[in-house]
Amino acid sequence: MNEPLLNVEGLSVRFPETRAVRDVSFTLDRGECLAVVGESGSGKSVTARSLVGLAGDRAEVTARRLEFAGLDLASLDEKAWRRVRGGRIGLVLQDALVSLDPLRTAGAEIAEALRTHTKVPRDQVGERVRELLVRAGVPEPEVRAGQYPHQLSGGLRQRALIASAIAAGPELVIADEPTTALDVTVQAQILALIEELKKDGTAVLLISHDLAVVSRLADRIAVMYGGTVVEHGPARQVLDDPRHPYTRALIAAVPEPSGRGSLLSLPAHEGKEPDPDGCPYAARCVLADDRCRTSLPALAPREAGTRCWHPVSGPITRERRPQAEASPVRDGDTPLLEVREVSKSYRGRPAVSGVSLSLLPGESLGIVGESGSGKTTLARIVLGLVSPDEGSVSFAGVPWSALPERRRRPLRHRVQAIVQDPLGSFDPRHPVSRVLDEALALTGHERGPRRRARAAELLALVGLSPAVLPRSPSSLSGGQRQRIAIARALASEPELLVCDEPVSALDVSVQAQILDLLTGLRARLGLALLFISHDLGVVHHVSDRVAVMKDGRVVETGEVTALFQSPSHPYTKELFASLPALHRVS
Amino acid sequence: MTTPTLPEARWKAWRPARPALLAAWTVIALIVLAAAFPGLFTGRDPLELEPAVAMRGPSPEHWFGTDQLGRDLFTRVVYGTRPSLLVGLGALTLALAAGALYGLAAALLGRFADVALMRLLDVLLALPQLLVALLALTVLGSGQVNLMIAIALSLLPAYARLVRAEALVVRRSGYLESAVLLGQHPLVQAFRHVLPNALGPLLVLGTVGFGMAVIAASGLSFLGFGAEPPSPEWGVMLSEGRDYLQTAWWLGVFPGAAITLTVVAVSVAGRSAQARFTRRTTL
Repeated sequence: MNEPLLNVEGLSVRFPETRAVRDVSFTLDRGECLAVVGESGSGKSVTARSLVGLAGDRAEVTARRLEFAGLDLASLDEKAWRRVRGGRIGLVLQDALVSLDPLRTAGAEIAEALRTHTKVPRDQVGERVRELLVRAGVPEPEVRAGQYPHQLSGGLRQRALIASAIAAGPELVIADEPTTALDVTVQAQILALIEELKKDGTAVLLISHDLAVVSRLADRIAVMYGGTVVEHGPARQVLDDPRHPYTRALIAAVPEPSGRGSLLSLPAHEGKEPDPDGCPYAARCVLADDRCRTSLPALAPREAGTRCWHPVSGPITRERRPQAEASPVRDGDTPLLEVREVSKSYRGRPAVSGVSLSLLPGESLGIVGESGSGKTTLARIVLGLVSPDEGSVSFAGVPWSALPERRRRPLRHRVQAIVQDPLGSFDPRHPVSRVLDEALALTGHERGPRRRARAAELLALVGLSPAVLPRSPSSLSGGQRQRIAIARALASEPELLVCDEPVSALDVSVQAQILDLLTGLRARLGLALLFISHDLGVVHHVSDRVAVMKDGRVVETGEVTALFQSPSHPYTKELFASLPALHRVS
Repeated sequence: MTTPTLPEARWKAWRPARPALLAAWTVIALIVLAAAFPGLFTGRDPLELEPAVAMRGPSPEHWFGTDQLGRDLFTRVVYGTRPSLLVGLGALTLALAAGALYGLAAALLGRFADVALMRLLDVLLALPQLLVALLALTVLGSGQVNLMIAIALSLLPAYARLVRAEALVVRRSGYLESAVLLGQHPLVQAFRHVLPNALGPLLVLGTVGFGMAVIAASGLSFLGFGAEPPSPEWGVMLSEGRDYLQTAWWLGVFPGAAITLTVVAVSVAGRSAQARFTRRTTL
């Protein structure tokens, strides 16, 4: 039997207060890509870091086997590690701005990797740096090599980082969320680059929370939950025929065209907490019994398998979501929001130019575009936080952007916002009760039991228990915070909710819950949504119509399904083509 | 994991992190007590003259000695706590309150107001603090209340700048935006969100500024702008003792030590509060 390049058996990582990784085993061959998928806190990054001896000082790493190309990684000292790291194993991290030294040029960064790990003659280093940048798909390599990280765009930085990771010709590249902070078109280019590496015989360990990204690159997938691999197998098998209840929930949570009109999340289930040796998913699993809570089946490292006592099979079914009683969108209605030829520049640079949109009461309009396309500026104009240089916004048939703030203030409650970072939108000194209380006070609810009752009602509406009232938002999870933000926005009974990247900072399963909540509320309350996201899948899931923005302009608008099926503008086509999809066989 | 319940562990949890901190708080407690109930520390009257025992050095009878008029120096130092600290405390409170409002106004009233208010502050900042206070006293005339105002004026620029900087951060925050979107009145925003969130660092700076206020108060009293002579104020006592420093060292040393000890104790306590505060906010 051929020895695999990387052989990990029974890897466990303990921190003083938690057990981050628990009995994880996998192998990786040359030219193969193994993707480790899981939500934040699942232990996927710690697993990757312990493979390069960077789990941290407080981490206690143990393994039955930890071999890389016949080398026992567990026995390496710091000096030996330095030869392996960056030389034989390349590491690509998520945030290239943090990973690159701000005081050194991209070229210097790559040259250092060459000097440390290869015997390239001094006078040829420059040429090699150029070659590596070309290989990483960097245009104008001579110019870029002389630039500092802050002068490079996110995509270029990530490529420079990859170039330095592959400088020494590593046999294994570990990529931890390599595309998470990037726009879809840039993401597609980076993924293509990693695919090239794989073809050249480099083994790739890809860490990601994004199943769609993974489906495009991975030969095999390991799904992690609570520090352990719960399911493992060939990529297509794991994606098309998932057996573990967690994997199934994870795949169901990804918004995709066939899932429109369905719920993405499973009904909440809260079971008993499992024993330390039990299945970590037992508390959330409907199928869990006492055996699940006390023990965990073993998983063979080289074969496909599911670490579950009750594996499920068959196609994933999603629940239909409740529909609005009356279809709110009618052609003859007067628009709730009308944006006419709006432009806004900052220091002479146009952020939004000549955008016109209209939104009917109860309608949901999605706005997609890459970073810098003017989506957020447009949202701020609609919210009346920024006044346009040209053009106008009217709300419910009356001028909105043209009003002086004094006259707009009494109307503000009719338009509310949900932002990407809810924590920043709460006064850090106020507990949840005060956040809601303030919102209710401003919309004319009298102090006293009625206001408190309304606060409890709002919490129930967003699926939270009144127990969160005395807590500070900073002590809540990201999903709970976003629910509080939604509750606050609903306190004033708005007609329009402007959502700016409301789920971008959340895990897929939490994203699914928030999207279900928003779509459900929209149906119940007849809210109109202006939904801004860079994530096409998410926009497709919640919108009736979509507007595609590029460089401050709307390049295409249309009914969502029609637009996704046959985009007409070249940019829209490119955008949709670069979108990694799950491609499941249904 | 079991929580350690051993006696040593309990002692460790109780023991203050630094002995200096414990000493500082002890001194502060004594000072507060002396200011509130000077009678607790001495049975004498600070103004009682006893010419027979004038200019005696420290002895068991008169701990800190006596002055040129035979008044007991220890009693005068104890009774001097209240007037000496009152001016400093009053000046500090005034400076904090006025500085906070000034900074808030500069941050929130728009660009023109900001520029105008800040340039005015720059004028004050360009002069040494004591000079600003002296200037104000020359205009206002001497007296306890004017002394307070003058010192407050000299402290205010730093506080106003700090609050303005913090308020500008809050103004760009997501929670202020939420308040705007809910239609909250700007005045309510200013006092419910901006001021409370901008105030934390100011209060910490204030504890350190207390020392400066006390020194300034004593210094200006020394120069004859504050309390008038027979009153037992530390600066006045220093000023009176100056002429006899060659023959009666205790007349200068004990009031001076009282000032130094107060300022050091409050500064040590203030800095530890500052360290704790920054730790908490950076976490």
